Amino acid sequence: MLEETIRAKMSQKDILLMTHIVIGYPSFDDSLRVVESMVEAGVDLMELQIPFSEPIADGPVILHANQQALAAGSTVERCMEFGEQVSKRFDIPFLVMTYYNILFKYGVGRFAERLSAAGLQGAIVPDLPPEEAETYLAAMKANSLAPIFIYSPNTRSERMKLIDEVAEGLIYCVARKGVTGADTSFSAEFGDYLSRCRAATKLPLALGFGVKNAEDVEFLRGQVEIAVIGTQSIRVLEDEGIGAIKGFIEGLR
Amino acid sequence: MNDRGYYGQFGGAYIPEILVATFDELTLAYESAKADPTFWQEFEELMRTYSCRPTPITFAENLTRHFGGAQIYIKREDLNHTGAHKVNNVMGQGLLIKRMGKSRVIAETGAGQHGVATATMAAKFGLECTIYMGEVDVARQRPNVFWMERLGADVVPVTHGSRTLKDAINEAFRDWVTNMDTTHYALGTVCGPHPFPAMVSWLQSIIGKEARAQMLERTNRLPHRVYACVGGGSNAMGIFSGFFEDEVELIGVEAGGRGIDSGAHAARLASKDASLGVAQGYKTFFLQDDDGQMRHTHSVAAGLDYVGVSPILSHLHEQGRVRFESATDREVVDALALTVRKEGLIPALESSHAFVQAFKEAPELSSDDILLINQSGRGDKDIFTVADAFGDPKWEQFIRDKAEQYNA
Repeated sequence: MLEETIRAKMSQKDILLMTHIVIGYPSFDDSLRVVESMVEAGVDLMELQIPFSEPIADGPVILHANQQALAAGSTVERCMEFGEQVSKRFDIPFLVMTYYNILFKYGVGRFAERLSAAGLQGAIVPDLPPEEAETYLAAMKANSLAPIFIYSPNTRSERMKLIDEVAEGLIYCVARKGVTGADTSFSAEFGDYLSRCRAATKLPLALGFGVKNAEDVEFLRGQVEIAVIGTQSIRVLEDEGIGAIKGFIEGLR
Repeated sequence: MNDRGYYGQFGGAYIPEILVATFDELTLAYESAKADPTFWQEFEELMRTYSCRPTPITFAENLTRHFGGAQIYIKREDLNHTGAHKVNNVMGQGLLIKRMGKSRVIAETGAGQHGVATATMAAKFGLECTIYMGEVDVARQRPNVFWMERLGADVVPVTHGSRTLKDAINEAFRDWVTNMDTTHYALGTVCGPHPFPAMVSWLQSIIGKEARAQMLERTNRLPHRVYACVGGGSNAMGIFSGFFEDEVELIGVEAGGRGIDSGAHAARLASKDASLGVAQGYKTFFLQDDDGQMRHTHSVAAGLDYVGVSPILSHLHEQGRVRFESATDREVVDALALTVRKEGLIPALESSHAFVQAFKEAPELSSDDILLINQSGRGDKDIFTVADAFGDPKWEQFIRDKAEQYNA
């Protein structure tokens, strides 16, 4: 379902934008206003991060947002309610991004049922490699949700194919080594990496880590289906306030 | 699928895709070292000439008389170079780093012992070194920070989360996902994703191999009970591994902090407060809330102040092969004071947890029974914490005078 939605959107736009928020940061009301601004600005998909106390794949900006959201009282149940609220109200696909312990403690099957009931379309779980994902994959399939997996520049081509066998919806391509929020230099090696990704999967590619301005999005146009704006929109929120989000997103393409 | 390091339902390798290739490389290096007898020979030779191995077994004659029960023996890991068992793992991983051809090493540290050992190894092997340490631990283990910096390491205080060991581990992972091409992460304990629990247990098994042989030579039999403190569990796995095949009772002692009922502790297996979870790359018992968020832990001993525990120990606990107990901060300081006065030994606050439990059990046993305690480290590093716990007025005066000199 997610893949079809992406394909349909691609017939109208030559690159899609996916943004990322940490649910409950800085507050639930503000999160709602951010989603609203992003949808108004034409964002095509959104990742909603359920905060976790140990977000090992995230850099300082998103790490801080996770901690602040938890300190402000964000719970998994409230995040689910938030997901339900926004997916009912806005007509774009919403995905959940979180770490595996959140699913594990909630009950993986129950988590998938809840996502589905809330109208969410898939999940990204960066610390769950396919080798550990049997229960998760079965639960996602049973609820018609897309389990989204990640490629990285040092993922070997055979492994990319193995990941493609279990992935649905889209493949999230990490642009470089490192955590979220650092600069990325899009070099010649990057072209080789993308062609390896393309050769390994027929799913749409979403490129993230370090995409932060119109220049980056322009560079990706024609190369991937989706540009992921993660950390940068949180920076804009922190530095310039919610009012600046809409203009920032509109200026990206 | 290849061996993913499961011990019963515990363990695994829950790692971001970006690190998969790095873990494949490490697993290969570990497995080939394990299959190569010259690696272990080189490791033993290095430990013999650099770190006083084999470390002796000391008969604690005065403590034995004091408690009037079982005979108490102590395995002296405190006599290692850098003052704790941590150096066993670190020097072993140092040899692996040389085999893998990397030029930089990073590590997390709680008490600072693993950090000092890693910085020492980096100095000896000519590696760049960065140590991540929770801000809380930097404050309570300043002497170790001082030495790490003198040894050439960059010590980075970690200022988020609970600012202790788990946060230092997260931060080391964040460094590693960026710099894995040049850098090895020398994880200091038997936790984390496979192959770390297996690999660190293997390197620490040098303790148990020696201890078993030494006890047989010394007493003509094996000890009845072996005690070790458990933070992540590396010294415990080290000494226990020598006795897995024997009828020897193994007791792991966790940090009881201000008491199990207070909630301010780090007892994962000895309390009912922990539950199964997946964090820091592995599945085990964690002190976490119902949502799966990690809770704050407390211990007077920084090295035991950790939310998770070795997946291998969780498995041994579930199987009933290792018994888990806890010791409170107060009991620990009392046991330390008694050991210093009776034997002239200064166990680390971490190690003193094991002494507490042995002291509780010794009086109930007969003089035919033998107890072996792993003194995993020496307590010199704890001088600030211990002096405060004792409320030593002369020490306090000394610190005031010293501060005056700097102010002058």
